[in-house]
Amino acid sequence: MAETTYLQAITDAMREELQRDPRVFLLGEDIGIYGGAFKVTKGLIDQFGEERVMDTPISEAAIIGVAVGAALAGMRPIAEMQFADFITSGFSQLVTNAATLHYRYGTAVPMVVRAPSGGGIHGGAFHSKNPEAWFVHQPGLKVVAPATARDAKGLLKSAVRDDNPVLFFENKFLYRRIKDEIDSAEELLVPLGRAHIARAGGDVSIITYGSMVHAAQEAADKLAAEEGIEAEIIDLRSLQPLDKEAIFAAVRRTNRVVIVHEANLTGGIGGEIAALISEHAFEALDAPIKRVAGLDTPTPYAPVMEEFWRPNADKIARAVQEVIRF
Amino acid sequence: MSASDVDISPEIKVKLYTMMVKTRLTEERIIALYRQGRIVGGVYTGRGVEATTVGSALALEEEDWLFPIHRDLGAHLAKGQSVLNILLQYLGRGNGLSRGKDSGIHCSDTRLNIVGNVSHLGHMIPVAVGTAIGMRMMGKKVVTLNYIGEGGSNIGDFHEGLNFAAVQKAPFVLIIENNHYAYSTPTHKGFSAKYLSDRAIGYGIPGHHVDGTDALQVYKVVKEAVERARSGEGPSLIECLSFRMVGHSAHDDGFYVDKQRMKEYEKKDPILRLEHQLQREGTLDDTLIASIRNELEQEIEQATQVALDSPLPEAEWATEGLFAE
Repeated sequence: MAETTYLQAITDAMREELQRDPRVFLLGEDIGIYGGAFKVTKGLIDQFGEERVMDTPISEAAIIGVAVGAALAGMRPIAEMQFADFITSGFSQLVTNAATLHYRYGTAVPMVVRAPSGGGIHGGAFHSKNPEAWFVHQPGLKVVAPATARDAKGLLKSAVRDDNPVLFFENKFLYRRIKDEIDSAEELLVPLGRAHIARAGGDVSIITYGSMVHAAQEAADKLAAEEGIEAEIIDLRSLQPLDKEAIFAAVRRTNRVVIVHEANLTGGIGGEIAALISEHAFEALDAPIKRVAGLDTPTPYAPVMEEFWRPNADKIARAVQEVIRF
Repeated sequence: MSASDVDISPEIKVKLYTMMVKTRLTEERIIALYRQGRIVGGVYTGRGVEATTVGSALALEEEDWLFPIHRDLGAHLAKGQSVLNILLQYLGRGNGLSRGKDSGIHCSDTRLNIVGNVSHLGHMIPVAVGTAIGMRMMGKKVVTLNYIGEGGSNIGDFHEGLNFAAVQKAPFVLIIENNHYAYSTPTHKGFSAKYLSDRAIGYGIPGHHVDGTDALQVYKVVKEAVERARSGEGPSLIECLSFRMVGHSAHDDGFYVDKQRMKEYEKKDPILRLEHQLQREGTLDDTLIASIRNELEQEIEQATQVALDSPLPEAEWATEGLFAE
C-alpha cells in the first residue's frame, strides 16, 4: 500500500492502461517532456515514446477530432485538455462527432477526454470552469467526476476500457490536496454510472460530486459535532450515466435533500436531479429540495470574491439546517 | 512521381466514366423521388462536380478511408457504396445504413471505410486526420481522403486539422471543391486568396489546383498525392475548380448564380467532356456508351423498387443505440 495523491492516481491509471493495451495513447498540449501543465503525464514520454505520448499544436478541436478519428481507426486515445475551460474550443468535435456516431451508425468511439476543472486556485474566469452540465445535456457522451484518489484511478481505467466517448472531469483543486492508500498491485476498476455513499447519516442526504464531496464532509462533521445532525453524503462519481436508483434510495432513507455542485446554479446538474426526485420520489420528501452551487456569473479572480462565489462547508451547512428545520 | 507520370488504364477510364454517369443518373432519381414527396429531407447534388468526386475517390485503394461531403455521391459510389444503400437512407428505411436515424447523403459505412459527413462539414477534417494517424499507429499503410467546399474551408477546424496533419506528416489528402458558391455566397465574399491551394504554403505541404471538371486530371493529381501520403511524405492540399450547376439544394433554384459563368461551365459538363475525350482516343464508342447507360438505368430502377418496398423503421427505435454496450 502506498499513499497516492489524486494526481498520482491519474498518472498511475494512464501508465497501467498504456502498459496493458498497445491501442491506448495520449495526446495533448505540453504533455511530453514538460509532463503537462499540472505534471499529470510526467515521465510517461520516457516510458512510452513520443508517438504514444503525443505533443500537439494548440488546437483543441484538432486534439479532440483526431482522438475521434483515431478511435474509429481502432485506437483508444486519451486526450488532455490543459484546462477544462479550453474544451469550448473543441465543443463541436464532442457533441457533433463523438456523441452521435454510435447512435447514427452503430460505430463505437472509444475515447477519453481528460479535463482539469474547478476553481479555488484563483485562476479567474478562464481557468476555473466546471462545464460538465453542457455535456450531460448532449446525448451520447459519458461524463464522470471523481472526488477521491481511488475513484480517480478506478474511473479513469474504466473510462479507457469503455467503448464510448467519456469526459473525465478531474478536479485540479484536489490534485495534491487529497490522498488514498492504493495498492499498486490491485487492478482498480470503478464502474461508470454507480454512485457511492461517502458518509452514512440518517437525517438528510447531501447529493454531490467532485470537490464538493470534501466540502460536504466538512459541513457534515461540523453539523454532527455541533448540532447532532447526521448527514449522509452521496458521491455521484458519474453524471452520465447517472445512478438514479441511488438518488431515489437516499431520498427514501432520509426524506431530506441538499444538492451541491461547484458549477454555477442555473442549468446545472442540480436542477435535473431535483426534477428527477420530484417526478419519481416526491412522496418521500419531508422538505423542499435545496441547491447549493456556484453563483451565476463567471468565476471572479480576487480571492475574497472567489470565496464568496464558490460553495463551501458553511453554505452547505446552512442549507442542511434549512431543510432540517422546514 | 509527378501527376503527369500517372498512367490511367483503359479500364480505369471506363470506370471513371461509368461512375460519373451512375452518379448523375442516381441523383436525377433522388430528385424525382424528392419531387414526388417520397424523400422528405434535404437533397444536395453534385451536378458539375462528378469529375472531382469520382476522379479522386477512384484513386484510392480498397483499404483507404474516405470522408466525403454533401455533394459527393460520386465519391461514395466510386468507393463501392451501392445505389440501394444510398436510396434506403434517403427514403428513411429501417434496413438502411443508419436504420432511418440519419438523413440523405450522410451515409457512413465503416465496412467500406467511408465515414459520412456531419452537416458541419469542416468539423470532419480533424476526424479524418485522426483516422490517418490512427491507422498508421495500427501499422497500416493506408491513406485518408477528405473533402471540403470552398465555403467550408473558412471554418477554424480546416486550419487546425490541416496543420495537425502537416506536423504529424499524416497520410492525408484534403480536396477543396471550389464550385464558386457557398449556398448563395460567391467566392469573393468568402476569401481573398486567388487560389485556396496556396494556403498549403502556410502548412509546409504541397498545394495543387486542378480543373475539377476534367476527371483524368483530377485522377492523376489525386493519385500522386495519395501515393505520396502512403509512402510517408505527408499530406497534400488539392483545390478542384468547378461550378455548381444547380442551386444549393433541391429547394433552391439558384437565382443568384452568375448566368454568364453558368453558360461557360455548361460547355465543360464533366461527363460530356470525358465522353468526348474517351471517344476521341477510342476508349469509348456509341455502342459501349449505350450499354453502360442501359445497365446503369436498370440497376437504378431495380434499386429504387427494392428501396421503396423496404420497411420503415419502428418509432421506438428512436431510443436505441445511443451507446455502445
